[in-house]
Amino acid sequence: MQNFDFVKPASVAEAVAALGTSGAQALSGGQTLIGSMKQNLAAPAVLVSLTGIAALKGVSVSGGVMSIGAATPHAEVAKASGFPGLSSLAGGIGDPAVRARGTIGGSLANNDPAACYPSAVLACGATVVTNRREIAADDYFQGMFTTALEDGEIITAVRFPIPERAAYAKFEQPASRFSLTGVFVAKYGAKVRVAVTGASNDGVFRWTDGEDALQASYDPAAVKGLKVSPDGLIADLHGTPAYRANLVAVMTARAVAAS
Amino acid sequence: MPKDFEAKTTGIGAPMKRREDIRFLTGRGVYTDDIKLAGQTYAVIVRSQVAHGRIKAIRTEAAAAMEGVLAIFTGEDFKDVGGNPAGWLIKSRNGEPMREPKRPVLAHGKVRHVGDAYAAVIAETYEQGRAAAQQLADDTDIEELPAIIDMKAAAADATNRVHDEIPDNLCYDWGWIEDNRAAVEEVFARAPHVTTLELVNNRLIPNAMEPRASIGEYFPGTGDYKLTTTSQNPHLTRLLVAAFVLGIPENKLTVVAPDVGGGFGSKIYHYGEEALVLAAAKRLGRPVRWTAERSESFLSDAHGRDHVTKIELACEKDGTFLAFRTETFANVGAYLSNFATVTPTFLHGTLMAGPYKVPHVYVNVKTVFTNTAPVDAYRGAGRPEATFSLERVVDQMCRELGLDAFEVRRKNFLTPDMFPYTTPVGLVYDTGNYQATLDKVIEMADVAGFESRRAASAAKGLLRGLGLSTWIEACGIAPSHLVGILGARVGLYDAATVRVNATGNISIMVGAHSHGQGHETVFAQVAADRLGVPESSIEIVHGDTSKIPFGMGSYGSRSLAVCGVAMTKAIDKIIAKGKKIAAHMLEASEADITFEAGKFAVAGTDKAKTFGEIAFSAYVPHNYPLETLEPGLEETAFYDPANFTYPAGAYLCEAEVDPETGKVTIEAFHCADDFGNVMNPMIVEGQVHGGVGQGIGQALLESTTYDETGQLLTGSYMDYAMPRASDVPFYNVDYSCQTPCTHNPLGVKGCGEAGAIGSPPAVVNAVIDALHRGGHTHIKHIDMPVSPQRVWAAING
Repeated sequence: MQNFDFVKPASVAEAVAALGTSGAQALSGGQTLIGSMKQNLAAPAVLVSLTGIAALKGVSVSGGVMSIGAATPHAEVAKASGFPGLSSLAGGIGDPAVRARGTIGGSLANNDPAACYPSAVLACGATVVTNRREIAADDYFQGMFTTALEDGEIITAVRFPIPERAAYAKFEQPASRFSLTGVFVAKYGAKVRVAVTGASNDGVFRWTDGEDALQASYDPAAVKGLKVSPDGLIADLHGTPAYRANLVAVMTARAVAAS
Repeated sequence: MPKDFEAKTTGIGAPMKRREDIRFLTGRGVYTDDIKLAGQTYAVIVRSQVAHGRIKAIRTEAAAAMEGVLAIFTGEDFKDVGGNPAGWLIKSRNGEPMREPKRPVLAHGKVRHVGDAYAAVIAETYEQGRAAAQQLADDTDIEELPAIIDMKAAAADATNRVHDEIPDNLCYDWGWIEDNRAAVEEVFARAPHVTTLELVNNRLIPNAMEPRASIGEYFPGTGDYKLTTTSQNPHLTRLLVAAFVLGIPENKLTVVAPDVGGGFGSKIYHYGEEALVLAAAKRLGRPVRWTAERSESFLSDAHGRDHVTKIELACEKDGTFLAFRTETFANVGAYLSNFATVTPTFLHGTLMAGPYKVPHVYVNVKTVFTNTAPVDAYRGAGRPEATFSLERVVDQMCRELGLDAFEVRRKNFLTPDMFPYTTPVGLVYDTGNYQATLDKVIEMADVAGFESRRAASAAKGLLRGLGLSTWIEACGIAPSHLVGILGARVGLYDAATVRVNATGNISIMVGAHSHGQGHETVFAQVAADRLGVPESSIEIVHGDTSKIPFGMGSYGSRSLAVCGVAMTKAIDKIIAKGKKIAAHMLEASEADITFEAGKFAVAGTDKAKTFGEIAFSAYVPHNYPLETLEPGLEETAFYDPANFTYPAGAYLCEAEVDPETGKVTIEAFHCADDFGNVMNPMIVEGQVHGGVGQGIGQALLESTTYDETGQLLTGSYMDYAMPRASDVPFYNVDYSCQTPCTHNPLGVKGCGEAGAIGSPPAVVNAVIDALHRGGHTHIKHIDMPVSPQRVWAAING
């Protein structure tokens, strides 16, 4: 790890100013960034911690929407009430130490293709709120480690319309416990959205065949045996594209059963 | 814990809590990296990023000029000192000695694996050292050569060589026992049935919790050196550094292995970093310290296993074994680590008869150099590989012939009346009762109730199976006369000194080394039991060559069976001398003195002296037979046993397979072990738990994967899957079947490696059984680690 300066602003405005300095990098939990710095894969000159900004913290529910401050750690989302499917997802990220530090904003800004949160954001059609604008989930995720965020743009909150039924089913990569394939299913009346993380070279995506099948019949049996194309799915030590394609259908069925 | 053991609170057989745990669990242990010295400097190693390459130039000027840099070392600095030697000389089938390339302190001329150390920076601070090491790496020109990774390809390649002087990359081609080869071939030619399996015993990275670390010191006033290091055997390290590598007189070098956080074999060996910090400390006149980063541990600790084996079993149609035959390719990596040559040969081939009365066995092992990290002994060392091959092929044979896996083993077991028994692979088993442990494990596992548990799983869409492994090992690694015949270049006795202090408390200096096992508790228990004094009055001293007698450290489940016996022999001498002193003090004949419960008494009278009174008299000899007896009460004993010990047991794994995802869950794991006499059942259980955990890790999770260019793809915990608590079940452990070792006075056999030896085939057998019961009868075998994607691919293959 290289030496760096550390600042912990108290407001979004101060954070934006600090991020304007050369070599500055936002830090929001650091569960990816700190590890990368230890391996000398990242060497920012200035770390701008966002977790000291009170306005970015906390969970609230109002009018069928759960709003989560971007700097809220996973552990807090895990114990929130009002959206059990999301709390259960948060409670299954990493281990207790990760959940104590990692934040939803940090996870979404990083957009790791195997992170858990992106699947919930996309399946729920959540809104990513920044210091500049509101971004719809369908527009936010733009491929592996790529998002709609611009330079100097900071996520401030995420707003989830609470589904009538929802659940996350994750098949863990045996070593890292990231999702080898994780599926979030959200049902709003007749409409069902299915978002898959961990499986694709393009990051989180919606499985529309699964959505169609579940809109016709919201039942695990509706997606069991449904074929998923392995094209574009991740090939690594822990799973071939064909294996991940199988898991998309299997984990969708399990999420439906758990919802 | 069996009831008989719970009752005892003190002495041999009591489940005493580990005294060392207080300091370990409260952060008061002193590990090498905890030691801070005035004037200390930091070594940072520069490691090869390519698997194979010729070093063209190392331009040191820029790095040397960086802030805080004190010295730079390259292979050039060590080219005239000795190499780190292999501890065993193995001969090929044609009688030629093994090929033994020099293993230098720092690579010179060529780098041979990713992580191979070729330079080092010594700096005032770690950060400065690391920055300069990066500069040095940037300023090094290495011409990359084709990497030699696949063992069979390496052995078939006459031109591409890990070591330029070794054609076909072969260390040796070993046959055991070569004279039996023709007879075994004849049995196979006429056998009514032959079962064949091709198996991979996956390479493992040891992952001790504490990474390797070393501190070198040099004292110019006396010319003495001191090495503080993470070692399982400080005297062996001293011998290797002194006599082979640096040429320091042995009596000018002290090696201290303080608290050590796990080894599993990987810290038996001498590593180049140890010689480096000593040489650097002398050059700088300041202490030099080095602690591996976790990434360095992955790349440069000696790895384990890595065999590719074809095993054949010849038998009658009723399952009676006629012969085993194996051909194994064993990977030693780029250099020979200290025990690398014995692990795939004598620690493996001599176990290929298992606990069975099989008349014919022939083992062939071709050991190959590749551009990967060195491979050496890792918990079990050779014996897990032998057990895996045997127990997998036996299960497969039962499946092919429609025979019961329990009954086939029972039919082929050696029976208790057959001991001592000479196996066709050269060992003499002293005692055992394999039927008893098999019966025990069947009872423990409620095998009778399996069918209803299987049906319950099936109702949930899950496949349940049972996997058996009946294992044996040779441990208490010692007998010098035997290991000498087998090619060992050292003896493997052990030693202990018992020093009774004037005030009556006792310091016991042992050659064994504890790096998590609990010796400080168990050795004190045994000594207290023998001397009739409280455990709290006994201190166990280990790990410092300036304090302890010349012992050979801990590995191969040898501590109690070898060093523990040395200690009891030293205690016998103490008691004998105490009797002489007591006879004088009590004005009785020595022959009439008895020693019991810490008291020396005149038989048939109430005249007695306590142990403390005798000790005091030995050191304040006012009323003492000085004309015939030396004062003091301190004795040393060396012990070199007559044979290995042979723990054995039966393991049953019950596993569930999720056919949709391929995920395997261990539902239950039952161990019926025969360790002979048990000194501390709680510690024995802990050893079995840890060993089985590592075995489950090997069977289901741990994969060491190099790509074709020799990059380690599993070089961090993001990709190298270690078993976690949730991956293992609550173990069901029993050790009440006891056939005490016949040739050591404690009757102990050793328990440290058993779990890692017996468990992998039980797990894989359970998975294959579950798949067959689930109708997937086309699956003959799945290589370890039996990962979800492999199981799913097998089902859908």
